[in-house]
Amino acid sequence: MDRRKYLKTLAVGSLGATALINQSCETPKEKTAELPTFTIDRTPEELEREQKLLSETFFDEHEMKTIRLLADIIIPKDEVSGSASDAKVPEFIEFIVKDMPRHQLPMRGGLKWLDLQCMKRYHADFASCSPAQQIEIVDEIAWPEKAKPEMAQGVAFFNLVRDLTACGFFTSEIGIKDLGYMGNRPNQWDGVPQDVLDQYGMKYDERTLAESVKFDS
Amino acid sequence: MADFQIKETPKDYDVCIVGSGAGGGMAAYVLANAGIKVVLLEAGPLYDPAKNVTQLKWPWESPRRGAGTHRPFGDFDAAYGGWEIEGEPYTHKNGTKFDWFRSRMLGGRTNHWGRISLRFGPKDFKRKSIDGLGDDWPISYDDVAPYYDKIDKLIGVFGSKENLPNDPDSIFLPPPKPRLHELFIKEAATQLNIPVIPSRLSILTKPVNDERGACFYCSQCNRGCTVYGDFSSSSVLVKPALKTGNVDVIPNAMAREVLTDASGKATGISFVNKDDKQEYTVKAKVVILAASACESARLLLNSRSSLFPNGLANSSGVAGKYLHDSTGASMGGILPKLIGRKRYNEDGVGGMHVYTPWWLDNKKLDFPRGYHIEYWGGMGMPGYGFGFGMQNLNGKYPGRDGSMKQAGGYGASLKDDYRYFYGATFGMAGRGEAVAREDNYCEIDPNTVDKYGIPVLRFHYKWSDFEVKQAKHMKETFAEIIDKMGGVATWGQGSAENDYGLEAPGRIIHEVGTTRMGNDPKKSVVNKFNQAHDVKNLFVVDGGPFVSQADKNPTWTILALSMRASEYIIDELKKQNI
Repeated sequence: MDRRKYLKTLAVGSLGATALINQSCETPKEKTAELPTFTIDRTPEELEREQKLLSETFFDEHEMKTIRLLADIIIPKDEVSGSASDAKVPEFIEFIVKDMPRHQLPMRGGLKWLDLQCMKRYHADFASCSPAQQIEIVDEIAWPEKAKPEMAQGVAFFNLVRDLTACGFFTSEIGIKDLGYMGNRPNQWDGVPQDVLDQYGMKYDERTLAESVKFDS
Repeated sequence: MADFQIKETPKDYDVCIVGSGAGGGMAAYVLANAGIKVVLLEAGPLYDPAKNVTQLKWPWESPRRGAGTHRPFGDFDAAYGGWEIEGEPYTHKNGTKFDWFRSRMLGGRTNHWGRISLRFGPKDFKRKSIDGLGDDWPISYDDVAPYYDKIDKLIGVFGSKENLPNDPDSIFLPPPKPRLHELFIKEAATQLNIPVIPSRLSILTKPVNDERGACFYCSQCNRGCTVYGDFSSSSVLVKPALKTGNVDVIPNAMAREVLTDASGKATGISFVNKDDKQEYTVKAKVVILAASACESARLLLNSRSSLFPNGLANSSGVAGKYLHDSTGASMGGILPKLIGRKRYNEDGVGGMHVYTPWWLDNKKLDFPRGYHIEYWGGMGMPGYGFGFGMQNLNGKYPGRDGSMKQAGGYGASLKDDYRYFYGATFGMAGRGEAVAREDNYCEIDPNTVDKYGIPVLRFHYKWSDFEVKQAKHMKETFAEIIDKMGGVATWGQGSAENDYGLEAPGRIIHEVGTTRMGNDPKKSVVNKFNQAHDVKNLFVVDGGPFVSQADKNPTWTILALSMRASEYIIDELKKQNI
């Protein structure tokens, strides 16, 4: 709020809560005119931080290409839903490493490790390998319990890519639909559906039924 | 800064309240409705969950999918601030630990909490008489009970009548039915003689007035409710208080100190306005501190003068001492029978539908004081972290076709694993009572100021053996329940090396005790009406006056004591005693 306005408000003695609310709502708008639009509540400081993160680029083109390939190997299109890249998982991974710098070194170093392994075996980086070669090297690092000890760094890297890919996918619109999460909408919770209770051999006791909230419908 | 000057707010008020959380919001509500002119200082911005919305948003509306990178409880959590606030540090003494959660915004930390609304019981006010530790309160349950009643009716809380000796029933709205995992928890715990009863949350399963809508079961109370179907100070207390026309709110007003006159009476507050960075003072006949237990202690300790060399209202030297937070420890796992479960909307209210109140007799245990248990699980909305560590899960349980798989993997089969295991995990956490000790305290750091030039707090806090043993007991109990349910614990197994997973003090955000009440002015900061012994027109109505935390969340008691103190203030103002 502009100081003179503020003092004026104080001076007229109204300090009217309404007046204050209106003014303080206007102020951030002016400040944040150029910032990205968010559909969730953000403070002016948070908006600034988001804009900074969104304006930066971490991965180069080659790294992004490799991430895209790996993500679609981990979560491919199937009969239920689209692939990781359909759900913009690579873009999520690009954002999250900027937001959580602890992921940057393991991701960048892991991508490099993968390319070097491929260079040794196939004389090409991962992205330039054939799909069969890509799966061959992925099979060396995707199964922690049967991977060779010398692949340990690759296993750690793949675990991270698997985590970020799955998380990015199942928190996307495509992924939530795939998962069948049915909440996040107005509802009347009237207990576990009867067929589910029956499936598990459970039931609500008389007291619970008598005391719990009831709905008209 | 050539034009540096302190600006005086021209209007004089009856009462100046510092802080708009549970204590400050309640004081503003009660006083304004009695026709008293109130100025409410809030260190953060205005906030209205109907306008500042995160409710019913989807994970992809946050680029970090709701992760807690900035807001510690995630992007969708209503509370601004956290354990770390830029430019507002705090320090520690002798390598001890205390994490201080601050939420600078209208409504304060009531924008975040779990809405767990438990009355303290008769024993909770008289612990020294029971186990010889700490001190008794100067008041009893019967002194507070009428205020609990009023708050139940004003704010609304659901639950069930249980007639338990130390967990008094409220005037309850009907509770929601348990979810599926909660039925399994209840079944298992009951066999172990551990009670599991409907939770007690300030969420409106039925409307209590025309201003607030009923709960619509999205399970997102911590995001703030657009229809005000749950309690937060901003929407339930401050908003109606403003409607009286008797309250002026000054947001972004960071209190610096309590002002006093030559006679030692409080005359108002000096504050810095965060928007224009200018210094202001506001005058009032009565000053009420409700800035949070530690922030109010900080204000007193920073209000030094020749009359009050140890800080205001601190002739006892007790201000800042007896700081204590709830203990906390947790464990979780997977319930194999829920793998591959049928989908339905399981959101329910925000938080658990059942909980365990303290059920044992400390005479038979090696630690004093109890804990309650909170539960969670089921088919929640996915967010950041969803599916992490699948390689630790998908090799351990037979798949849809009954055969075992290799851990980890990729491709269509892995993709299906996330669907298959969704909703089969659960967890539980204990929240217990720590014994208040003089040598757990906050004080003014002689060497450090914040970005406003205000000297900061320095903490000295150590858990004792009592709390560690309590955490050990929690973990043993959790393991028994999980085992009985047929579950498998996947995280949270504690050991002596990590104090059985006992959380660092401050992590449970129930800290109280820093301006404790008592009849003896040499041993307490405020009297039984939350009134400073040394300064009759100064009150503290946050968690600071608590003599002891109970095995219960403090909010309902902060509200009750603030209402009680406010009625006392109205009476004293009428009698012209203050």
